[in-house]
Amino acid sequence: MSAVPTTVAAPGASILRPRRGTGARRFRSGLATTLIVLAFVVALVPLVAVVWYVTKQGLKVFSWTFLTTDLPFSTRSVEGGMGPAVVGTIVITLGATAMAVPLGVLGGIYLNEYGGRSRFASLVRFLSEVLTGVPSIVMGLFVYTFWVLRVKEQTGFAGALALACLMLPVVIRTSEEMLRLVPHELREGSLALGSRQSRTIRTVVLPHAAPGIVSGSLLAVARAAGETAPLLFTIGAIQTANWSLFSGTNTALSTQIFGNANSPFLPAQDRAFGAAFTLILIVFVATALARVVTILYTRRTSGAS
Amino acid sequence: MTDMMAATPAETTIADVTDPGPGDSSVPPEPTGPVRENVFVLDGVEVRYSGVRAVTGVDLDIARNEITAFIGPSGCGKTTVLRSLNRMHDLTRGAEVLGSITYHGENLYGPKVDPAEVRRRIGMVFQKPNPFPKSIYDNIAYGPRINGTRKRAVLDDIVEHALTRAALWGEVKDKLKSSALSLSGGQAQRLCIARSLAVEPDVLLMDEPCSALDPIATARIEDLMEELKEDLTIVIVTHNMQQAARVSDRTAFYTAEADEHGRRVGRLVEYDVTETIFTKPSDPRTEGYITGRFG
Amino acid sequence: MTSLLEPPNQVSPDAPRPLVGGERPPGFIADRAFRIVAVAAGVLVLLVLALIVYATVSKSADWFSSEGVGGVLSTTWEPSTGHFGAGALILMTLIVAAVALVIAVPISIGIALFVTEIAPRRARLPIVFVIDLLAAIPSVVFGLWMLRQLAGPLADVYGSVHDAVGGVPLLGDLFGDPSASGLALMTAGLVVGIMITPIITAITREIFATTPVAQKEATLAMGATRWEMIRGAMFPHARSGVVAAVIIGFGRAVGETIAVALVVGSSQKLSANLLGPGDTMAGIIANQFGEAAGVQRSALIGLGVVLLVLTIVVGAFARWVIRRSNRRMGLAA
Repeated sequence: MSAVPTTVAAPGASILRPRRGTGARRFRSGLATTLIVLAFVVALVPLVAVVWYVTKQGLKVFSWTFLTTDLPFSTRSVEGGMGPAVVGTIVITLGATAMAVPLGVLGGIYLNEYGGRSRFASLVRFLSEVLTGVPSIVMGLFVYTFWVLRVKEQTGFAGALALACLMLPVVIRTSEEMLRLVPHELREGSLALGSRQSRTIRTVVLPHAAPGIVSGSLLAVARAAGETAPLLFTIGAIQTANWSLFSGTNTALSTQIFGNANSPFLPAQDRAFGAAFTLILIVFVATALARVVTILYTRRTSGAS
Repeated sequence: MTDMMAATPAETTIADVTDPGPGDSSVPPEPTGPVRENVFVLDGVEVRYSGVRAVTGVDLDIARNEITAFIGPSGCGKTTVLRSLNRMHDLTRGAEVLGSITYHGENLYGPKVDPAEVRRRIGMVFQKPNPFPKSIYDNIAYGPRINGTRKRAVLDDIVEHALTRAALWGEVKDKLKSSALSLSGGQAQRLCIARSLAVEPDVLLMDEPCSALDPIATARIEDLMEELKEDLTIVIVTHNMQQAARVSDRTAFYTAEADEHGRRVGRLVEYDVTETIFTKPSDPRTEGYITGRFG
Repeated sequence: MTSLLEPPNQVSPDAPRPLVGGERPPGFIADRAFRIVAVAAGVLVLLVLALIVYATVSKSADWFSSEGVGGVLSTTWEPSTGHFGAGALILMTLIVAAVALVIAVPISIGIALFVTEIAPRRARLPIVFVIDLLAAIPSVVFGLWMLRQLAGPLADVYGSVHDAVGGVPLLGDLFGDPSASGLALMTAGLVVGIMITPIITAITREIFATTPVAQKEATLAMGATRWEMIRGAMFPHARSGVVAAVIIGFGRAVGETIAVALVVGSSQKLSANLLGPGDTMAGIIANQFGEAAGVQRSALIGLGVVLLVLTIVVGAFARWVIRRSNRRMGLAA
């Protein structure tokens, strides 16, 4: 206001001038706005810091050899890579995906296409929400007590089972939400041709919801790939790559990071960072892929209308 | 046959009525041609949603190879009755259809009746064109495929035939593989008609099929209905009275009135030859609606 | 006359359709089967949850029976003397969660407001994506980063904080002798706070986005500043939604395991000193379960049961808050 020439700012010259007390109000609003922007910046700090530091430390050891070489026999050793952990993460995550995604999509189909607002569907929806909140370490304990103690063997499959339990409610929720977005007219159009409900779901409803479900499932897979707690007691440990899901113990990037993080030996710490960098890479690529699928999807549907 | 129908001459078209018939014009013209064959007979039909009546007291017969129009203000239950004719209400939780509806003499809601088969024979075209997000070809082939037709050559024939009948073949024959979502509103609606025709239905139910279309597209659909009526029975819900007057042989007028609890319930007021409904309606409510809208 | 409506392949309409075998309408069996499979997938959720409860409760029965209620709730966890009381761990878990919420809630609300009110429209999607990335970073990576890069500098910060407020009553208890390694309840609370920020942000953002535009414009039309509009129109609308978000964030904080296990200091002695080491239920399971046997093992599974019950109660409570507010706003639950 100080920039306004005094001739114009004479008392009573403009009724649009701020009233008395407005200055304090505007100051408070400006302060709040600043704090809000600051909150966002503060949230960016750990993101940038963790990515930067892990990348910096991880690149010291990261290479193709690192990704493919067996683990060293001694944690002091400078030799050795993360090959078995990369294999384990891939095998276990794929195993979990193969279980959780089909079942989760079917669960979503039940909730949106069959259950609707029925009492049982509401119960399933609620319990699915509860399941989402169950800590991952509890899932690990569950699979240990329920499966590992029973078959008396730690395997990649046991780890996959625990991850699948974590993914299941997420996929169910995503699928239900995506199915809810499918226009009702499409279902009616198909049914009016004499198509049965299951056929309508498979040939019209699911294809329409597929990009959203794929994107949501990819996010769930990315999260699962980074999980440690469910694998700690379920997959055991191994020094060499094990491509088998069902026989023999296994290892994973996340459990290797956890194991090496506290090591007093620098080579072990370096390997932890190399593994962490690899894991971040995997997780970010999956997340970005999910985003790309979503963007392509919105472009397709918005271009259609 | 209800009394009401017995009083109305069969095979009456607007042309028949407007033709100066022999003798006194107050005497209904004698039925000509084959006896009017009923496709649907509705007797005391009432539809409820979660126990609340939406429409009640519907008695009417719908004849083969005729276009029957349902008109009335919004909320009068015309669409509700239409959807009860191919059991679309089965999909709505809490919806019940009471009374009796027969289709070629068979109870449409009989315990052994297969709703999927009902909907294959009694097709439906919706208010908003709803092509599937597939290619034009796959949209038309969808119905035949679910009914077990797999051979490519057969499907090709069906697709061409259905699109030709829906007067769309010329416009799309060079882009059958492109997405059905690329069609204009009028084309999409004709595609939906073609899609219904591809399963060889006996009846086509049309729920305000032109409400989302411009006048030119509307005229094309109306012409198409005239042609389709040769082999099909058509029931159309429309909010456009001129459309009902232009295309239909018979018109049912519905209205919504408060019941003893003060809830608005749809009722069938009058059902007659279209010409009669629009020129000499017997019920003052019909006349009020017609004149109010026609000015 | 042949029935037109009964499924094709029916030879005679009068013959009753056989219940077993015989001809079925096409697609009928597939339709039923698909429906059954879908319902089964729904039932699976029930089954998994029931199995989790059953398996963990039955394997922790030894702990409950050998320690008794008093032993279970006692604050002494000493494997060497055979004492496995959960009290101290429960309390310290709550402390870590509280620290995390104090950090995460204001920041999350700030980010949510930033996205819905301040950021340019075109920037909103990228911002949401960035916050999603934060959620995607694995717990173990956060733990590693905290342990290897931040713990050392944090120890110095803790030292200065202790020097500054150590003499003040109450505050002096909360900010007592700092741990030399930087591994402390505070460090754990910090990392958990970072990790629950995305979920709280996501929920509050959705709630803020549903504030009716008419209400916001009405406030602005009366001459309100942006902050007055946020306080007057958005906060009242979003209050219970934010409460639900905080509850859900609390549930996540309680269950957060790996990062905590790496940076909390792993001391089971009850302490409210934020700058000193401690332990949480999830953290101790991760650190001790591998080598545990006998009662210790069943006690650790028992801690899992406590965590499970806590998260179920928290989840149900959050849902109740949301439903109540939906009903108040006239929406269907």
